[in-house]
Amino acid sequence: MLDVIGVDSADELFQDIPAAHRNPTLDIPPPLSELELRREIEAMARQNAVPGEYACFLGAGSYRHFIPAVVRQIASRSEFMTGYTPYQPEVSQGTLQAHYEFQSLVCQLTGMEVSNAGMYDGATSMAEAVLMTSRLTKRDRVAVLDSVSPYYRDVLATYVQAPGLRIDTVSAGQGTLGDYTACLVVQQPGFLGLMEDLDALARRAHDHGALLIVVADPISLGMFKPPSDYDADIVVAEGQSLGIAPTFGGPYVGIFACKQRYVRQMPGRIVGKTVDTRGRTGYVLTLQTREQHIRRERATSNICTSVGLIALMSAVYMAAQGKQGLRHIAELCYHKAHYAASLIADIPGYSLPLKGTFFREFVVQCPRPPQETNRRLLERGIIGGLDVSDQVPNSMLLCCTEVNSREEIDTLASALAEVGRGGRTR
Amino acid sequence: MSPNDDDRRRQLLMDRSVSGRIGTTLPPLDVPLQPPPQADQLRNELEMPEVAESELVRYFSQISQFNFSIDHNFYPLGSCTMKYNPKLNDEMASLPGMSEIHPHQPESTVQGALRLAHELQSYLTEISGMAGTSLAPKAGAESEMAGMLMIRAFHLANGDGDRKDVMVPDSAHGTNPASAAMAGFRVVELPSDASGNTDLEALRAAAGDGLAAFMLTQPSTLGLFDTNILEVTGIVRAAGGIVYGDGANLNALLGRVKPGDLGFDVVHSNLHKTFTQPHGGGGPGAGAVMVSERLLPFLPTPVVERREEDGEVRYGLATPPRSIGRMGAFHGNFGALVRAYAYIRTLGDQGIAQVSEDAVINANYILSRLKNDYDLPYDRTCFHEVVLSASSLKHDYGVTALDVAKRLIDYGIHPPTMYFPLIVDEALMIEPTETESLETLDHFIEVMKAIAREAREDPELLHSAPHDTPNTRLDEARAARQPDLRWRPTAD
Repeated sequence: MLDVIGVDSADELFQDIPAAHRNPTLDIPPPLSELELRREIEAMARQNAVPGEYACFLGAGSYRHFIPAVVRQIASRSEFMTGYTPYQPEVSQGTLQAHYEFQSLVCQLTGMEVSNAGMYDGATSMAEAVLMTSRLTKRDRVAVLDSVSPYYRDVLATYVQAPGLRIDTVSAGQGTLGDYTACLVVQQPGFLGLMEDLDALARRAHDHGALLIVVADPISLGMFKPPSDYDADIVVAEGQSLGIAPTFGGPYVGIFACKQRYVRQMPGRIVGKTVDTRGRTGYVLTLQTREQHIRRERATSNICTSVGLIALMSAVYMAAQGKQGLRHIAELCYHKAHYAASLIADIPGYSLPLKGTFFREFVVQCPRPPQETNRRLLERGIIGGLDVSDQVPNSMLLCCTEVNSREEIDTLASALAEVGRGGRTR
Repeated sequence: MSPNDDDRRRQLLMDRSVSGRIGTTLPPLDVPLQPPPQADQLRNELEMPEVAESELVRYFSQISQFNFSIDHNFYPLGSCTMKYNPKLNDEMASLPGMSEIHPHQPESTVQGALRLAHELQSYLTEISGMAGTSLAPKAGAESEMAGMLMIRAFHLANGDGDRKDVMVPDSAHGTNPASAAMAGFRVVELPSDASGNTDLEALRAAAGDGLAAFMLTQPSTLGLFDTNILEVTGIVRAAGGIVYGDGANLNALLGRVKPGDLGFDVVHSNLHKTFTQPHGGGGPGAGAVMVSERLLPFLPTPVVERREEDGEVRYGLATPPRSIGRMGAFHGNFGALVRAYAYIRTLGDQGIAQVSEDAVINANYILSRLKNDYDLPYDRTCFHEVVLSASSLKHDYGVTALDVAKRLIDYGIHPPTMYFPLIVDEALMIEPTETESLETLDHFIEVMKAIAREAREDPELLHSAPHDTPNTRLDEARAARQPDLRWRPTAD
């Protein structure tokens, strides 16, 4: 090959690199064989406590749900897994059709008119939705309900620091919106698990000409009214609970759906149906003049590589569970969480400090600091809830889904009783 | 329904739905029924598909076969680094100890995951020659935004908030100007000179008090290493600007040069390109952003720290003191980080430079063997990719880059990147990567030569390509004019 190229050595091909900096030494360990590497990574994996082996009651933005085998089997097909972004539609119809399915099922589930093919995660979807409402309304202030996930609000702060949008944190009863407000952002249910009064919040936003962004929980939509019933303008969601393992935080998929009239301001890839030169149905990436590879600095977003395969997985999940399954899973979550909450509320020293309807997450106030409580639970093989003491004193946020058996829940309750004994009673 | 098999495969899930079917089995309720919520909160209609598992598998398997993929086809898509992704890496990411762990677990219960992330940070810091790394960004473009936000924060911290201009070469990826804009900067496009390098005169003229940063892809999207790189970074730094390195083409430099040694202050890496996260039909990716000492305090959160406590090594998440903030709800795309880690450990210190060497040899081999059949706008040694042009074919026979690309499909080869970079007329940007054999390259070259012949002898054959795919060329204008973006009950 070097002869054909006309050089004596491969090094000649790198002559354009300044000589002083060429071929540096690298402080990287020596190569490992497949066998050695497998052993090494398996050893690292064993250093992690794996939910499933431990009873786990964590949620707060990432949820453990049962994943039907069909989801991973289909997603592991090389044709889906090792193709690129479908810029060449004639050789990408599998991906394109799957993403059109994803968009369709997201619309069915959220009740919205249009969806894109996915964003990085729920939090970045929300941040991009806020930027979109600022473009649509030409307003530069953003009202965010105080029950929106603090992690999501952090991501929003990252995304709005340069455009200089001002964030007004409002509560359900207080805080002003005005004719300067681009949008009101509401999470349903809120970060601490409670269902918000979306009717009232939607009126409050729309009275000021602000758009309503709902951060939805897709599993809850199997049971609770969809955001479209409350006239939401944009719905974003973390799609992870739809068939994606927690994976220490990613990759997930951000759902992004909105009213049809806003579609040209949407970020992200969008797949559209069309015909080929012979009149046959086919799919393409469309409305690309919104995107960075065409519009460059005037694009609606810089997003390029997104989460195609994860979107496909969640589409397969939605199809596998389908009409019956999505409703059933939502009901299992609801009843198990309420069962757990009622057991824990009866334990001396523990209480449920927040009142209202909840879905699968609820706050428990503990007689001992949550960190200590969790440490003692861990000794008993239980990964407890997220410490939310910064929001509600001495409290943790617990989550139950269909993967938490009654036995696990009963064990949690008796363990909490044990570790709480002798603690302060509130 | 038509008996046409093609129509059947194109039938959407909602149209396959039959009442009562389901693609899984449902677990029973094992706790006592609880009081229901208020009726007015409940959903009545839930129109989702009802499809059996077997139907679901057959449907997705059938449409999957409409795809080209790296496991099935040569995929020389320029600037996308479609290398083969070792299967071991996928298996390691799927271990329950990696895939089932929850992002809110106490740090004591995820020491293995944190150690892996910490070691990956160190490797990427070392490879890039920088001082520190954050793995928080979720793809290349988000890394770019993180990098530009750090540059913004750096200038603000130095009372230099008036630095609003970001220079971007005319050959840059679209994400560069888009990311700079999202970070609040004004984008100034900088021309390339006749040999494909940064135009130094234009750079000097533009490098003033308003300069915040220069975003440079190295090697460029022309596949060329800027031979004036030290002058370029020197000019930018002397003017008080920061040099941002888009690592989209890092595959060409692995082990050959550390960007940090050349004057870059920020470099990002698309772990899905260089470090073998499969592309998944458009992601997931993962971004890593590496910075020099002076930008360390601004890194996005979290970073993983190694601490020694009472003689014991512990790993934990930390937020740098002046962090630009959080890039996603959690800690980045961990699944991709496992693959990147596995890949780097497989290569080891010796294998890393072999990647760039093989990638660059492969691209130059294609260049040498095709330069008489296609135009070569920049006749010099290329790095990991070669940009050819179909401008003569277009002028002489009316055959465009698009026609050549679509004809390649008939030969079972994925088209190169077309019409990019924007400064090359009828561009065909070819990146073979290091994982392709000489036999595959020779086959590709023969096919490209055959297509050049066909262009002369039978241009119509190219205009009408591809011929054997589930669809011929698709009407993109119609898709944009009359957007049909979802299934509807009335459709078809």
